[in-house]
Amino acid sequence: MKISGAEIFVESLKREGVKHIFGYPGGVILNIFDLLYDDKDIQLILTRHEQGAVHAADGYARSTGRPGVVLVTSGPGATNTITGIATASMDSIPLVVFSGQVPTMLIGNDAFQEADIVGISRPCTKYNFLAKDVKDIAKIVRESFHIASTGRPGPVLIDLPKDVTSAKAEFIWPEIKIRSYNPTYEGNRWMISQAAHLIAKSRKALIIAGGGVVLSGAARELKELAEITELPVTMTLMGLGSFPGSNKLSLGMPGMHGTYYANKAIQDSDLLIAIGMRFDDRVTGKLDAFAPNAKIIHIDIDPTSIKKNVRVDIPIVGDVKRVLTVLNRILKEEIKEQWGEVRKAWLRQIEIWKQERPMTYTYSDEVIKPQFVVEKIYELTKGDAIISTEVGQNQMWAAQFYKFDKPRMWLTSGGLGTMGYGFPAAIGAQISHPNKLVIDIAGDGSIQMNIQELATAVINKLPVKVAILNNRYLGMVRQWQELFFGERYSHTHLEVVPDFVKLAEAYGAIGLRATKPSEVEPVLKEAFKIKKTVFMDFVVHWKEKVFPMVPAGAPIDQMLFEEVKEKPEKKLKAVK
Amino acid sequence: MRHTISLLVENKFGVLSRIAGLFSGRGYNIESLSVGETIDPQISTMTIVTSGDDKIIEQINKQLNKLIDVIKVIDMTELAHVEREMVLIKVAPRQEDKAEVLRLTEIFRGRVLDSSKTTYTIEVTGDEKKIEALVELLKPFGIKEFVRTGKIAMGREGIRKT
Ligand SMILES: Cc1ncc(C[n+]2csc(CCOP(=O)(O)OP(=O)(O)O)c2C)c(N)n1
Repeated sequence: MKISGAEIFVESLKREGVKHIFGYPGGVILNIFDLLYDDKDIQLILTRHEQGAVHAADGYARSTGRPGVVLVTSGPGATNTITGIATASMDSIPLVVFSGQVPTMLIGNDAFQEADIVGISRPCTKYNFLAKDVKDIAKIVRESFHIASTGRPGPVLIDLPKDVTSAKAEFIWPEIKIRSYNPTYEGNRWMISQAAHLIAKSRKALIIAGGGVVLSGAARELKELAEITELPVTMTLMGLGSFPGSNKLSLGMPGMHGTYYANKAIQDSDLLIAIGMRFDDRVTGKLDAFAPNAKIIHIDIDPTSIKKNVRVDIPIVGDVKRVLTVLNRILKEEIKEQWGEVRKAWLRQIEIWKQERPMTYTYSDEVIKPQFVVEKIYELTKGDAIISTEVGQNQMWAAQFYKFDKPRMWLTSGGLGTMGYGFPAAIGAQISHPNKLVIDIAGDGSIQMNIQELATAVINKLPVKVAILNNRYLGMVRQWQELFFGERYSHTHLEVVPDFVKLAEAYGAIGLRATKPSEVEPVLKEAFKIKKTVFMDFVVHWKEKVFPMVPAGAPIDQMLFEEVKEKPEKKLKAVK
Repeated sequence: MRHTISLLVENKFGVLSRIAGLFSGRGYNIESLSVGETIDPQISTMTIVTSGDDKIIEQINKQLNKLIDVIKVIDMTELAHVEREMVLIKVAPRQEDKAEVLRLTEIFRGRVLDSSKTTYTIEVTGDEKKIEALVELLKPFGIKEFVRTGKIAMGREGIRKT
């Protein structure tokens, strides 16, 4: 029996186990939307902007590990997805984005609402397709899920012309075989054994864990490696949660806004074990001054990540989980080293750095310090919440002062740094985790980029919490202007910031506000009790900066710290 | 250093722009590019000539390998191989120089494809050095038009480059 392309499409999604799609309708995609009208298995979540739909699907994917699915119309609907797709691409997040397209006979004719989305999205997708024949739909859907979620994951876009979704064909669920796509999963055994011996010889080694550890589900293997080797672990922004932040071997985050002790340890180390991370410039700082004495072992599924930025002594291409399993076995069964004194000296040195410059900020009784809000969130949730962030100071404070013990609880736009990411991502995470506390730590600038998704959250009865660290500035840019542009705050003062409480109420959500430090805890407690969407407006100290900080292009151990102008009533608060 | 990279790719629309995009998106230069179907019409070969230091070439090779439509990447520079390109040259020699132009064409094993009262159109194939040498020799006679294909390359059987 022949069925329509739209029916083949929906059936294919069901075979892929899709339960939720994030999307926005339009003329050329109506054949599919019509089928979803009374479908029992697949729920379409209508966002208020296509960018919101992609970020929501991205939050869904990051928090579950399964590909997020997006369905939008042609032209403006499709182009509105680009920022979301680029965000997912930079962070290797599996997404499958379906865009409607004008009928095949009109493609290339500047038809109404036509955009060459396959061309536009090419550089920011892992792969993309134009479905030209109804007979190819099932195969294309299947291949796109396969490509998006295997190897180094990433977004895949499929363009569906209107006539292809109305044409008819038999439904055949094909086997897939892509002859030119064969990711390497098993690391080279000899290289892994070389790595083990290098680890055994090293005196001051350090593990740097990145987002790849989270993506490959290797948190357990990483912890085992740290325990066998008694080595400290620093986690990149994308790697937070891959190793327990509260573990005594954790050094927090390295790099531009990383901890003093992580950066000192990197610079002093004789061996870096880089796992599923790609030596982003925010991590390395000035390249030729990075880890001058260290040999480097680099494990990554993507060969192009290896030796792209830094020299590597032992490259291992493979899936992090599988490579670590082999590495751990060699260390345990063949090398059986007891490091004892060697490690003690190194860990003692790190302890000294930790004492020298712990992660701190100056607490105030009068004005709310943004770090204090993040710290309170951590305290009250005991770390058991999914945290998303926007971009800017809010993101860095969340990374610095919240401790992630488990993977997939931290959703942030690391590679592209997309303002407006956090709120829709939190919506996607809440859809997939209806009973979990999901909190977007936001800036007042960023939240305004996708604030329209309040409607999506309210309609779907999502108890997402948004904690706005409201400094009335584009804080991170203001910080740079303050430090490097002589306090010329060119266009970073927002002047008019909406009344977030009233705005939340206008959408039917709950708005709460804290203007004094003493109100922070009560506001958070109340918000966490309410089973509805809540915006919390924390009016914070506008001049607060993110420290420590490595100026762009400087070596990572040349850090700026907060100038503590001691006032008697201000006490220095230390975060363990 | 200059490298000649040979690719086997799926013969699908969009593949060429994906490969070109890989170069342009990363700021690498393509010096020449030629594409054509293989015996199997589902597969095309591409020959790309590019240059860069070892690090860039390594990235180019890895990035090409990573593209979903790329079946195989061979950096010919590493292998014993033959390379050819073809040029069409239209020269307009004075009457007294015509014989010399024909003689040069002969020496370089070129062919005259077309002649008019004032011009000869010459076809030459060969490696780059040969073509460049002929061009240099013909320049004084007045080159009116010049078209060059990209380079194509093929590994030599049973010979290892030392
Ligand atoms: C879409 C987008 N535009 C511009 C930027 C550049 N940018 C980085 S941080 C930042 C300021 C963010 O301000 P806000 O959201 O208020 O957060 P804060 O830094 O104050 O916590 C800007 C403009 C960006 N990252 N993303």
